[in-house]
Amino acid sequence: MASGSEQTVSGYIVHHLTNLTYGKLPAGFERGHGDIVGPQGEWTLAHGADEAAAMGFNAIHVDSMFWSLSLGLIFCWLFRKVAKQASAETPSGLVNFIEMVVEFVDGTVRDTFHGRNPVIAPLALTIFVWVFLMNFMDLVPVDVIPSALALLGVPYQKVVPSTDPNITMGLAIGVFVLMVYYSIKVKGFGFVRELTLVPFNHPAFIPLNFTIEFVGFLAKPFSLGLRLFGNMYAGEMVFILIAVVFGAGVMWMLPAALLQIGWAIFHILVITLQAFIFMVLTIVYLSMAHEDH
Amino acid sequence: MELVYIAAAIMTGLGGLGAAIGVGMLGGKLLESSARQPELGPKLQVSFFLAAGLVDAIPIIGVGISMYLIFVVAG
Repeated sequence: MASGSEQTVSGYIVHHLTNLTYGKLPAGFERGHGDIVGPQGEWTLAHGADEAAAMGFNAIHVDSMFWSLSLGLIFCWLFRKVAKQASAETPSGLVNFIEMVVEFVDGTVRDTFHGRNPVIAPLALTIFVWVFLMNFMDLVPVDVIPSALALLGVPYQKVVPSTDPNITMGLAIGVFVLMVYYSIKVKGFGFVRELTLVPFNHPAFIPLNFTIEFVGFLAKPFSLGLRLFGNMYAGEMVFILIAVVFGAGVMWMLPAALLQIGWAIFHILVITLQAFIFMVLTIVYLSMAHEDH
Repeated sequence: MELVYIAAAIMTGLGGLGAAIGVGMLGGKLLESSARQPELGPKLQVSFFLAAGLVDAIPIIGVGISMYLIFVVAG
C-alpha cells in the first residue's frame, strides 16, 4: 500500500498482517537502499517483515501497544466518569448500559467463583471490557485506519491488538501469574502436594504425577491466549480476504459489500463470545487456585 | 506447492466436521433439557454459548490458517 510499486493479493494481505515494529537493527544489516547499519546497531522503524525479523528480541510492536493501551485508558475513563455521575434519580442511557455490564460480570463471578477475594470481580470486569474493546477494533473497516495513516507516512498499521499473539499471550501470562500467586497464598504447601500427589497418592508416583499435572497447569494460560488470538486472527483474515474481492472489478463490489456486512454481523457475536470466554476461564482458573482439598 | 491446497482443504473440512457434530449434540441436549426443565432455560443457554464458543474456536482457527496457506504461502 505505502510502497505502491506492486499490488498483488498476497502482498496486500501480508501488508495488512505486518505490525508497525520499532526496534534495534543489528550491526552490518543491509537495508533496502544499500544502506548498511553501523557498528552500534540502529534503533528505527522496520520497513518490511525481514527487517522486523532481523531485530529479533529488541523490537516492540508500536501499533499493538498504542491501540491496546489507549483502549484500556478509554475503558478506565468511561467507567470512572459514569461511576461518578451515577445517581438513583435520573439514570441516563449510558449509565444504565454500564450498570448492566457491571451487574452481568458481577453475576457471573458470583455464580462461578466460590472463594473470598475482592480482586476477582474488578479483574473480571477489566478483562471482559478490555478484551471486548480490543476485539471491537476488528469491526472497523480493514483499510480505513491503515490507509489514513499511510498518507501520514506510517508504513504499517495493525489496528486490532488481539490479532497480535504478544498481546493475548501477555494477558494470559498475567492471569497465569495470578493463578500461581493465589495458589501459593491460599494453599501454601498444599499447592506442591496438588502438583505431585494427584492423581496417584504415593511417593513412588511423584515424577509421573508431576509431569501430568505440570503440563496441564502450563496448558491453561497457553490455550487461553492462543484461543483468543486464533479467533481474532481468523476473523481479521476473512475481513481482509473480502476486502480483496473489491479489487476484482465493479460488478463484484455489491456482493463484497454484502459479504463484509454479513461477516461483520456474525463477528459481533464472536467478539463478545470470545471476551466472555476469556473472562469466564480466568474466573474458573482463579477459582481452582482458591480451592483447597 | 499443490499439496498446500490439499492441506488447507483437510484442515477446514475435518475441523468443521468435528465441530459440527459437537455443536449439534450440544444444541440437541440444550433443547432436551430446557424442554424438561423450562425454568433452567436462560442459565443453560449461557453455558451453551460458553461451550459452543470453546468448540467453535478450533474450526475458525483452522479456517484462518488455511486461508493464510492458500493466499499467502501458495499465492
